[in-house]
This record gives sequence, C-alpha cells and structure tokens, in this order.
Amino acid sequence: MSSKTITIADVYAALETVMDPEIPVLSVVDLGMITGVDLNDSAVHIKMIPTFAACPAVSYIQHNIKTVLEKELGIAVSVEVDKQEHWHSNRMTPAAKEKLKAFGIAPPKVLAGEVSAELMMEVPCPHCGSEQTYLRSPFGSTLCRAIHFCKNCGQVFEQFKPLE
Amino acid sequence: MNNAALTDLIIKMADDELIQGHRNSEWTGLGPVMEEDIAFSSMAQDKIGHAWALYRMLHEELGGKDPDTFAFLRPEKEFKSSHLVEMPNGEYDFSLMRHFLFDLAESVRYESLQDSSYEPFRLLSKKVKGELKYHTLHANAWIMQLSRAGEESYDRMQQALDKTIALAAGIFEPSQLYEEALIEDKVYPGETALYHRWLDRIYPVLVKASLNLPEISAIVPVYGGRHGVHTPHLQSLLREMSEVFNLDTEASW
Repeated sequence: MSSKTITIADVYAALETVMDPEIPVLSVVDLGMITGVDLNDSAVHIKMIPTFAACPAVSYIQHNIKTVLEKELGIAVSVEVDKQEHWHSNRMTPAAKEKLKAFGIAPPKVLAGEVSAELMMEVPCPHCGSEQTYLRSPFGSTLCRAIHFCKNCGQVFEQFKPLE
Repeated sequence: MNNAALTDLIIKMADDELIQGHRNSEWTGLGPVMEEDIAFSSMAQDKIGHAWALYRMLHEELGGKDPDTFAFLRPEKEFKSSHLVEMPNGEYDFSLMRHFLFDLAESVRYESLQDSSYEPFRLLSKKVKGELKYHTLHANAWIMQLSRAGEESYDRMQQALDKTIALAAGIFEPSQLYEEALIEDKVYPGETALYHRWLDRIYPVLVKASLNLPEISAIVPVYGGRHGVHTPHLQSLLREMSEVFNLDTEASW
C-alpha cells in the first residue's frame, strides 16, 4: 500500500474487515459504529461509538481496529470513542440487517419515534418469517439482544434490539 | 458552573447506579426463571456501565479520581447512595418493586438532563435514556403481570409497594448545600420537581395493576444516604464488591 496514496475509501474498505466480536458476520461499518475518519499523510484517526454504554467489547474493538488498519494500510492508527455521538439502531445499514437475519438474529425494526412495548411485538422470525411471535424477555445473551418465541416454528430466537 | 454542586450530584447518581447494579448482579444464577436471571444480570451490566460513565465524567471533567479507585476504595461514609439501593434483595416481590420504582425514577431524571445546561449530562442522558426503556418495559410488565396473578401474588405486590415506597421517595432527598445552585444554573430541575414527575409516572402503572399507592402526604421519605448516613447493609456490600479489587489495587485488568 505504501507505494500509493491512501484514500478515505481505503480506510473504510479496511474497516469493513473488522468484525464485531459478538456478531462475527457484521463489521464495525455495517453496525454504524464509525463516526469519523481523519486521514493525513502519516496517520489516520478513527472515531467510533459502542452500541450500548456498558458494552464490554469496546476496548477489544478499538484494539482490533488499530491492529487491522495498521496491518492493511501501513500507517499509524489511533482510535477514540466519540462522545458527541450516540449509537441508535437506525445507524445499522440495510445490508447489515440482511446479514443479521441470515445469521439467525432478527434485525431491529426501523425506529420512527421512541421504543415502545408494541415495537417488540410480532417481530418476524428469522428462521421461518412468521409474525406469530411474542417477546419472551427484553434481555438476552448480550446487552443488544432480546429473546422472542415463534409460535409457527416453535423456536426461540434472538433479536437485535431497536435502540433510540 | 458550580463544580462542587455538580460533583455532589454526579456522585449521588453514580453511587445509586453502582450499588443497584451490584444488587441486580446478586440475582445472577439465582433468578426464578432463566429469562429473569438474564434480565437482572443484563440490567446489572447496564447500571454499572452508567455508573462507570458518570465516574468517568467526574474524572475527566471535574478533576476526580480514576473511576475504579473512586468506586472501590472509598470509605462507606463517602458514598452518597440512597437507602433504597442498599437494601438486600430479599424476595422477588421486593426486588421487582424496587426495580420498578428505581428505574422510573432514573427515567424522569435522565429525561430532565436532556435539557441540562451541563453538556456532558446532555450527551450521556441521550444514551442512558434509550437503554432505560428496556428496564422500564421489563419492570412495568412484571408489576402488571404479578398483580393480576391471583390473590396471594396481588397481596405480596401490594405489601412490597407499601414497604418500598418511602425508601424510593428517599431517592429525591434535596441537597442542603447545592440544590438551589443546581436549579439556578439549570443543571437539572431539582429533586422536588423530579419527585412529582416520578409520582406522575408510577401512578398509571399502579392503577393498571390495581395496586394502591399510599396517601402521598403520609409518605415519609427515608433520607440520609445522600450525606453519608447509611443502612448497615452498605458496609458488607462494599466489602464484597471490592474484594477482588483490593487483592491488588495496582493490577491492570
């Protein structure tokens, strides 16, 4: 890479290979965790945000971004948690939602206003597509997931929660 | 902006989150059904995350100590947690009622901070407010469900409410020293205003659950925690919570 100039697009291409440790089919770009890329001749500075405030993987993700980018781009990389922005589920790309579904996790519905009990009802089952489902618990195996049950295929499934 | 007043308010909020978070974590492995075990464990993680964000605010914006040191090495007297969060978990009815009353109090508090003149509060409150939605969704659902689950269940929920309401009202103890300054500086609307917003918020859920809120004028809020007067339960909680940290306070995790 050192023979040609690194572009912002190169940085994003490299970021797309940094996967979320809890959902390994989604990159930090898919999840909408990247809020800024500052590039100059010798270094790149990345601003990112965690999905949930108590996400235990934040420092691990920061470290992964730095390691992967330094290897791919061959320049110095710094990664900072952006305090001006906060993560909400509409930041997730449509492509990411398809990948989530294929991975067996129901994607969050698009949020028009605030999160409500109704929004957590009849979430389509990622396995059979049925909307004959109910919320078993708003909490799941990680902070970002809820547990639902599908009456049609008789399976418990997880959903990536909508977040304001 | 009055830094001493801000510091006092942030410590109260953070200590409540930390201690309630620790109490929630005590349900891990002991919940009555698996979903509830997971729910209290997840809420523990959220609460401790919110406490951490507030301790970081103290550290980065107001010259406070490192968050871990501040959380784990402070003597009991310097904690400003409310008596409500210090109480042992007891039975599930009490834990759920406390969770309901505490999380609705948190909701009105963080909603009010969206209009704070203090920028770090405005930024953090957006994040916390969204996450709290799931805590109140969980609390409201269980309060209604168990209050409609037969006579014994209803009686226990009513007794839990009667036992907890004065403790919960104690969350809103106004500061003797700083209350006026914080209101004047538009940091937040003050404890008395939040107390009334909270009553308005809990009331419709209690009505749906057919639970009787005791006469407001008869509620004597349990104060003390905000100025270092604690229940006997706090000391043993702190000892257990900081046990591992104290093995080697300089260790890097």
